Amino acid sequence: MYSEKVLDHFSNPRNVGEMADPDATGEFGSSHCGDTIKVFLKVEDGVIQDIKFKTFGCAAAIASSSMMTEMVRGMTIEEALQLTNEMVAEALDGLPPEKMHCSCLAADGLHKAISNYRDGIR
Amino acid sequence: MRRIYLDNNATTAVRPEVLEGMLPFFTEAFGNPSSLHWAGRQASPAIEQARREVAALINAKEEEIVFTSCGSEGDNLALKGTVEALQSRGNHIITTAVEHPAVLDTCRFLEKKGVEVTYLPVDREGLLDLDRLERAITSRTILISVMWANNETGVLFPIREIGALARKHQVRFFTDAVQAAGRVPVDVEEAQVDLLSLSGHKIGAPKGVGILYIRKGNPLAPLIHGGHQERRRRAGTHNVAGIVGLGIACRKAAEELETVPTRVTVLRDRLQNGIVSLIPEIKVNGALGLRLPNTLNLCFAGIEGEALLLRLDMEGIAASSGSACTSGSLGMSHVLEAMQVNPLLGQSSVRFSLGRNTTSEDIDRVLEVLPPSVQKLRDMSPFWKAGSRCCAVCLSQ
Repeated sequence: MYSEKVLDHFSNPRNVGEMADPDATGEFGSSHCGDTIKVFLKVEDGVIQDIKFKTFGCAAAIASSSMMTEMVRGMTIEEALQLTNEMVAEALDGLPPEKMHCSCLAADGLHKAISNYRDGIR
Repeated sequence: MRRIYLDNNATTAVRPEVLEGMLPFFTEAFGNPSSLHWAGRQASPAIEQARREVAALINAKEEEIVFTSCGSEGDNLALKGTVEALQSRGNHIITTAVEHPAVLDTCRFLEKKGVEVTYLPVDREGLLDLDRLERAITSRTILISVMWANNETGVLFPIREIGALARKHQVRFFTDAVQAAGRVPVDVEEAQVDLLSLSGHKIGAPKGVGILYIRKGNPLAPLIHGGHQERRRRAGTHNVAGIVGLGIACRKAAEELETVPTRVTVLRDRLQNGIVSLIPEIKVNGALGLRLPNTLNLCFAGIEGEALLLRLDMEGIAASSGSACTSGSLGMSHVLEAMQVNPLLGQSSVRFSLGRNTTSEDIDRVLEVLPPSVQKLRDMSPFWKAGSRCCAVCLSQ
């Protein structure tokens, strides 16, 4: 059902945890099934220096959160805003179709955090 | 890796003695039991032998057993067949909110055809209010459909009391006994049941065979028209090998009814007590003293059930989850929803269903693997803080 990459990121998620002094956080929950991601950002000169996440959800939700953090670390926030849930799913060698709509919420969580950063909300 | 199978409410392995008994009916005794010649004559006594064995398990008469292809077919036949046969008498069915989808979806289908259906609620422990059931009966009620045991929580319904109520009001009573038959004593006379469905693959027979018990004097319209098989109650060439296997499985289950459930209960309770003592903030779903011996359904606050299942699967442990974001609903099973489990907590449910082959070592292994698996997922959950208000509130509700 799941690709090797999904299973890898699910078993050993990267950048999981909280951040002591983030520049911004963002939380996004799927209204569909309740899966929820919380993203912590450290931004310097418009570049994502550090990123952490916490996710409640199935393996697809956790793996896509982990993959997203790997993809955007070092990106400018403008570049990070271009990231889509589909790009995250693609980087994981795909997700089962029934998982796309509810569990792939990592980019949404990231965009929420960036939006809060721009609005000066910690 | 050591493999542990704790999903026996989903299906079971075919028992070796069942397989052995079935094998001749694929090759040398391949005949169609409806044929008059020597080949048919090899198969038909085997069907009747199986019918006696199934009937004995549930204290029915042979002629009251109709072989089907699965539990869902039995459920469909009982509901649709009754509505069709009794349409001149009424059009109201009483069932519960926690039935298997084979019953619930059939009821919804019948509603579109103009049948009225009452879905009785359950309380937080998953139990029915019998007074409410009795009050729901009207002069138009033609059928009460209540499962013997719930497939997700294992909660046993008071079938004997419901049977008495149904008899008192002269309403036909159907019970889906797919999870109960062969696991707890099931007696259609004692319980005054009129219709009962059973599925082979839950008790060591192969998939693709089941029965509907139809008490004498309760005519049903058939679902499948065609040949004269099963006294015209279910057309279609008999699944001879499957039926033979079901007969053997029923005989073995009846022989073991004094021993296996007791042993399985001890193991299930050890698993439950171990989890309760090792993992904080969990909830056992379903009335504790009123469950199938083999079923344990729990919520682990702060995490999602499917993620935990996958983690267990990676350790060789097969269990199942009532929650599934693939289901398209809110991620919580309709059973836990009906039991008013907090929606966030409801998504963390996992069901362990033991079998006759489950060992003490299996339970030890689960108790070794489960706590760190839960902790790892809790560590990455935004909802988890030990002793936090969220989970405390969830659990107290």
